[in-house]
Amino acid sequence: MNKPAVDQTRTIDRVNATLKQRYNRERRFRRFGLAAVILGLLFVALMFLNIISQGYSAFYQTRILLDIEYRQEVIDPAGERDPATLSAADYAALVKSALRALYPDVKGRGEKRELYGMVSSGAALVLRQRVMSDPELIGSRQALWLPADDDIDMLVKGRIDRNAPESERRIKNRVLAWVEQLEARGAIEKQFNLGFLTGGDSREPELAGIGGAVMGSLYTLIVTLLLSFPIGVATALYLEEFAPRNRWTDLVEVNINNLAAVPSIVFGLLGLAVFINFFGLPRSAPLVGGMVLTLMTLPTIIIASRAALKAVPPSIREAALGIGASRTQTVFHHVLPLAMPGMLTGTIIGMAQALGETAPLLMIGMVAFIVDIPGGPMDPATVLPVQIFLWADSPERAFMEKTSAAIMVLLGFLILMNVIAVILRKRFERRW
Amino acid sequence: MINNRIILAAALAATAVTTAQAASRDYISIVGSSTVYPFSTVVAETFGKTSAYKTPKVESTGSGGGLKLFCAGVGVEHPDITNASRRIKSSEVENCAKNGVTDIVEVKVGYDGIVIANSKSAPLMHLTRRDVFLALAKKVPNVNGGGELIDNPYKTWKDVNASLPDTAIEVLGPPPTSGTRDAFVELAMEGGCKTFDFIKAMKKQDKKAYKGICHTIREDGAYIEAGENDNLIVQKLESNPKALGIFGFSFLDQNADKVQGSIVDKIAPTFEAIADGSYPVSRPLFFYVKKAHVGKIPGIEEYLAEFTSDKAWGDEGYLVDKGMIPMPKQERNQFAADVKGLNLLKLTK
Repeated sequence: MNKPAVDQTRTIDRVNATLKQRYNRERRFRRFGLAAVILGLLFVALMFLNIISQGYSAFYQTRILLDIEYRQEVIDPAGERDPATLSAADYAALVKSALRALYPDVKGRGEKRELYGMVSSGAALVLRQRVMSDPELIGSRQALWLPADDDIDMLVKGRIDRNAPESERRIKNRVLAWVEQLEARGAIEKQFNLGFLTGGDSREPELAGIGGAVMGSLYTLIVTLLLSFPIGVATALYLEEFAPRNRWTDLVEVNINNLAAVPSIVFGLLGLAVFINFFGLPRSAPLVGGMVLTLMTLPTIIIASRAALKAVPPSIREAALGIGASRTQTVFHHVLPLAMPGMLTGTIIGMAQALGETAPLLMIGMVAFIVDIPGGPMDPATVLPVQIFLWADSPERAFMEKTSAAIMVLLGFLILMNVIAVILRKRFERRW
Repeated sequence: MINNRIILAAALAATAVTTAQAASRDYISIVGSSTVYPFSTVVAETFGKTSAYKTPKVESTGSGGGLKLFCAGVGVEHPDITNASRRIKSSEVENCAKNGVTDIVEVKVGYDGIVIANSKSAPLMHLTRRDVFLALAKKVPNVNGGGELIDNPYKTWKDVNASLPDTAIEVLGPPPTSGTRDAFVELAMEGGCKTFDFIKAMKKQDKKAYKGICHTIREDGAYIEAGENDNLIVQKLESNPKALGIFGFSFLDQNADKVQGSIVDKIAPTFEAIADGSYPVSRPLFFYVKKAHVGKIPGIEEYLAEFTSDKAWGDEGYLVDKGMIPMPKQERNQFAADVKGLNLLKLTK
């Protein structure tokens, strides 16, 4: 159509002229992208490094070797082996006399107090448990590793500076000398701290464990899963497979998408108003926590499930209908099994979100100090992230490592859940 | 379809347990102040371990939130005890009475000091409450006198008081929702505010304006709200030696190797000075018990006995180890007797 170009240069020349610039631009963009990824990874690595270096020591606990004499006259003077007497006996006295035997020249009230303070108040509980389970021990002697007080623990782990002046240290010179004597004899060492994983919360850092919080999280998640998975999948199935396309279903769809963006604290307020104040369910119970988190995870699950259903090609439905299956049969025999991996992935990611959530639980009383490990979804409980929050706010320095260690456990669970989601997707996902 | 059955079963199980639960509660439910929380939890734990009763549940809701829950009514679904880092207000007593909570027992626990601390690597500050007010208030009296109020012009501590170091005013403290902030404002700021005669005179004429001047903290960046986490403030002070931080005494006690408490009105924030009342910025801590629940919920009387025993709140008790400042012996005895007899709260206005 056109006359030969007035411009002397050919198109290819113009392309060649800008080619270098265009390559440069691409290289620059790639580098920016790579830098962004590296920066992100760097921050993640930094976070992990910080948390792990702070928290790994919480899995070890300082224990002191004490020669305990289970004296009959202290534990069971009448000799009847009555469980009530055994339970109420003064086991702390046994620990104290073992310490006195170790340091016979300790005199004076203040000095003795410091000496007794070296061993955790949990030591007496250990002895009680041993005697309760085996009354034969009474009258015998036994060398036992008993947990040290949290200040001693921090000292042995090097988180209290031994060279600091006495007034700035929580450990007096006298106690420091005792610890050094124990160290010289090998009677104090760091051992694996099983109590941290199995125990309930405590205000004594050396006794505090995440067992209660893990159980609380477990019950909460079970309730969430039992409620949100069936409701979410049913909603997605109905909206995707059965519902007519009209203004009403559009409205529902818009609202579900909106719900996914609502701040989680709002669900907590809703839970407080509806479940606790209106239905009269108990505060601090994993059941209510699970119900609130269900509201929060539902949109995630519905959206993921609908995407999974949409990915099933219409030919499958048409073929099933074509050979005479009803619509329900088509959906349940053919579409749902094919969409299931996608739905499960969405559910697991929703569950991982729910596991890490604290804000909605604030309102329904799950931010609480609970020592007893919950035995069911109606018992008062707290959850892992809340436990982290509570420990982070505690004045005792030993709680710092506990906080980081609890974060490590929580991250472990989150990584595990996300890995399962990835495996499910990789293994079962079908592509057409 | 299987799913449906599971939901139904879960729902049925849930309702069954709920009805059983609502009828009785076999543990004590405690709510309230996050300042009293560390002490109340230690007592709860010891009580749970040494008695035949279950360990009480302690929620950290803040003083105001706790009293609101506490006053919501009588019955197992409402808490039995609420902790408070300030005294109950008459409006809250009225609210309680409206919901049928008429018999309340007040227990004073002990004291908590509020410290103004900075990093050990910086020089120790010798402050007066007047300095604190001048450095942190939104409006301060004009230096020229004449009873005129101007927007706070002070940039450095030296501007406030020539004997103080020439560093910029930078104070990390709790947000307005915190009880520590309320107490700090009331004790330190108002204490300094009152040293100006014309402001003090205002108290009688216009109490609202007086409070407005004394209780309002400047908002131009010199006072930084650092959240409720006192550990965080300690860490920030360590990395920024120029800043000062406001937090509870127990955090100073635990971190004596990192931070030092400034001297206020010539008194250092030590255990002894707070206990004998000479350190000016200290406040009493309380908890309130619903008398109607005593005898209904198992263990309340025994919990009170544990809390008011000498091994807990005495001079050498385990609460002192956790950083609480005990009351003098006489006051302790009086409160212990009141608790034993479940004597009711009387508010004198």
